[in-house]
Amino acid sequence: MADKDLALMAHLMRRAGFGATREELEAYVAKGYEEVVEDLLHPERFPELDDTLFCRYYALGSTMVDATVMWHARWLYRMINTQRPLEEKMALFWHHVFATGWHKSENTPAMVHQMDTFRRNGLSDMRTILLDLSRDPAMLDWLDNNENHKSAANENYGRELLELFSMGVGNYSEQDIKNAARAFTGWTFAQPIPLYPYGYYSTHFEYREGDHDDSEKTFLGHTGRFNGEDIIDIVVQQPATPRFIARHLYNFFVADEPQVPAWQIEPPQDPEAIEAMCQAYTESDGNLRAMLRVLFNSASFKAARFKRVKSPTELIAGTIRLVGTHRFPEPGLHDLATASTAMGQFLHNAPTVEGWHTGKEWIDGGTLTERVNFAVNEMADVSKPGIQDMIQRLRAQGPAVAPETFVDTCLDLMGPLEMGDEARRALSRYAHSGGELRFGTPEEADASAARVGRMLQLIVATQEYQFG
Amino acid sequence: MKINGKDSVLVVLQLSGGNDFMNTIIPYTNGIYHDSRPTVGIPAEQVLPLNDTLGFHPRTGRLKALYDMDKVAIIQGIGYPNSNRSHFRGMDIWHTCEPDRLVTEGWLGKTLYELDPQHENVLTGVSFGRGLPRAMAKAGVPVTSVGNLDNYGMMTSIQQDQERLESLEIFKEMYAPAVGSGAVRDYLSQTGLDVLKGSDVIKKAPQTYRSTVDYPDNPIAKSLRDVARVHFADLGTRVFYTQHAGYDTHANEVPTHPRLVDELSSALYAFMQDLWEHERAEEVAILVFTEFGRRVKDNGSGTDHGSGGGAFLIGERIKGGLYGEYPSLDPSQQEHGEDLVHHVDYRGVYSTLLEQWLGVEARPIVNGHYEQLQPFAA
Repeated sequence: MADKDLALMAHLMRRAGFGATREELEAYVAKGYEEVVEDLLHPERFPELDDTLFCRYYALGSTMVDATVMWHARWLYRMINTQRPLEEKMALFWHHVFATGWHKSENTPAMVHQMDTFRRNGLSDMRTILLDLSRDPAMLDWLDNNENHKSAANENYGRELLELFSMGVGNYSEQDIKNAARAFTGWTFAQPIPLYPYGYYSTHFEYREGDHDDSEKTFLGHTGRFNGEDIIDIVVQQPATPRFIARHLYNFFVADEPQVPAWQIEPPQDPEAIEAMCQAYTESDGNLRAMLRVLFNSASFKAARFKRVKSPTELIAGTIRLVGTHRFPEPGLHDLATASTAMGQFLHNAPTVEGWHTGKEWIDGGTLTERVNFAVNEMADVSKPGIQDMIQRLRAQGPAVAPETFVDTCLDLMGPLEMGDEARRALSRYAHSGGELRFGTPEEADASAARVGRMLQLIVATQEYQFG
Repeated sequence: MKINGKDSVLVVLQLSGGNDFMNTIIPYTNGIYHDSRPTVGIPAEQVLPLNDTLGFHPRTGRLKALYDMDKVAIIQGIGYPNSNRSHFRGMDIWHTCEPDRLVTEGWLGKTLYELDPQHENVLTGVSFGRGLPRAMAKAGVPVTSVGNLDNYGMMTSIQQDQERLESLEIFKEMYAPAVGSGAVRDYLSQTGLDVLKGSDVIKKAPQTYRSTVDYPDNPIAKSLRDVARVHFADLGTRVFYTQHAGYDTHANEVPTHPRLVDELSSALYAFMQDLWEHERAEEVAILVFTEFGRRVKDNGSGTDHGSGGGAFLIGERIKGGLYGEYPSLDPSQQEHGEDLVHHVDYRGVYSTLLEQWLGVEARPIVNGHYEQLQPFAA
């Protein structure tokens, strides 16, 4: 049976990354929980993923072609292979919060650049993050800030910056929105050469002084000839900002909260956890790394195992890491992206500025079918390295593995996972139906491997497997 | 709404990518058409005229045959104000009836909610293809999305029948509702069991289907045959959704577009034949739509995104003919100086189908009041 430390480490790696193999978990446990948290918080201690191999096999990495499915697949490849799991996880976190999609601009490379930005600044401070966001061409286009002119302000970005990206509704007035929007006039991007027939050219931020409304504005009680930077300076000082971001962190890393629009009426399920993160924010000048350090080391985080419905991205990357494939740019990678889209998450392409609805809203009849079938299919081929490793570990239990040990060991190696009574009974029934696992002769070994494969298929089909 | 004692059924067929309406229903006597389209234009002598000014694309003979039987309503110049040339935004607008806001619920999702308020039948809405179109999405409304009708359901990759049956039994046990496990787990177990129920019911469709109609071998014909199979099995489905992709003909329109409209035309014809053979045509109406029309001028290889497209209503009960007016090709009459102008708001066509065909109040679904057509025979 798994020991306590290993189960906790598996939980940390599911949340702060995309899961880990048994071998990796054992190494992490030897290192110690707090030190692993520090490693996660300091991605610069580990080498960046070398993309050149990927680009040799999939000819898009270096050129900015618009292949939406492959860009999605390439991000999944990064999640599966990175040595900096929290860096990728934070990019995904910010993609959820600052939800942008290429379906408006039809410019996927601009979205890919946005993710590079989140990868670079995702663990920095809130001021840097919001400033980079406000200069991001994909975002400026998505929320029409290129239409926000001195002569005619467009409030879209100003509004969402306050409502969805920093403070949440109820913490500012309509006049504050108008004045924030005015402060961001002139913040736009340079139009690239038109799409056809030349292909894609990347856009870049442009500040047009002539189109900036430099007059006096009052914003959240402050008055001055504010520009966008000043608005962000004021926003990051508001107590509502850490509260809002902390609740997002809690929802993403700890346990499912209701959807954002309900936050006004429903208090957080764990106010103390939010408060502790807010304090870390204040003490560190809005540093995300400080907030996450408090979060990952808190008792409430450690106790919150399997309290979140996995996003399609987490389900796919986690399952692939378990079976040990795609550790090299092998064919079939785009199938992972297609599967994710069918499950309701097309990366780089959030449905609306509200982002993906998470928790139970990931699940409907169609998406559950996709989730189950994807994972079951991934467990079908027992020659995959991750499954072979599990079979070897089962084999090491002795010449004959009793049915209950068979179930326990598989559940352990797949997580460790915790099953409800119904699932546990059903899995036991399957284990007993074939008797002991034996590996004495090659025929016995083959038959046992096939039964392990089927056991894993049943495990990933459970409701429990939908939670991470 | 009942038609001869049977519930009315709507089949929505989405042409994804922006069908080139000007090359589907062609203004073959108009000089501007030929001048604007030196590359993709269809010579006047090749079109299949339907009157003195308009003709069908030469590869859509079967669709014209249906038109000649008065079964096809051509809706000319359909769209919405301030056309958005993005596919995805354009498609969203068609799916949600919200031109200015991004929302997640679709017009058919809301329709299904009205048709089956207790969610008694998981097959009231059936979509063919992977993933759920936003048009069909609404929280709490079960819709069955079928990737492959002959192999639909949970754990379909398990090849051996015996193994799969055994696994499904175990699945059912694992998804049994557990007391006190919380709302999320209850919902998950209900959803899992719903899928089992739906796939159990829907698998009857391929088993009982018999037909002499020979569908052409193309993806939209396959989907329409699936619609026919489920419809004939009487499983209570009121809304079917199908998609035919590839209409984004910026480049190489000359080989691509004729193939697509040929596939579409022959698939629709086979589907109608099948409905007639089974005497099940009366209660079915088909809406064929696309997110936008294409630019008047070609770009030397294809056509870019435009507006003012066309839609079709097809069915036994449809009064065939031309609806709306063909958008003017005169540059002074064009939107942005280069796009066809729409005269029929798509929400009026939805309202027509909702109120005159499905018997559902349109206003809350399409978010307002829009002028309806009168395309149904008394």
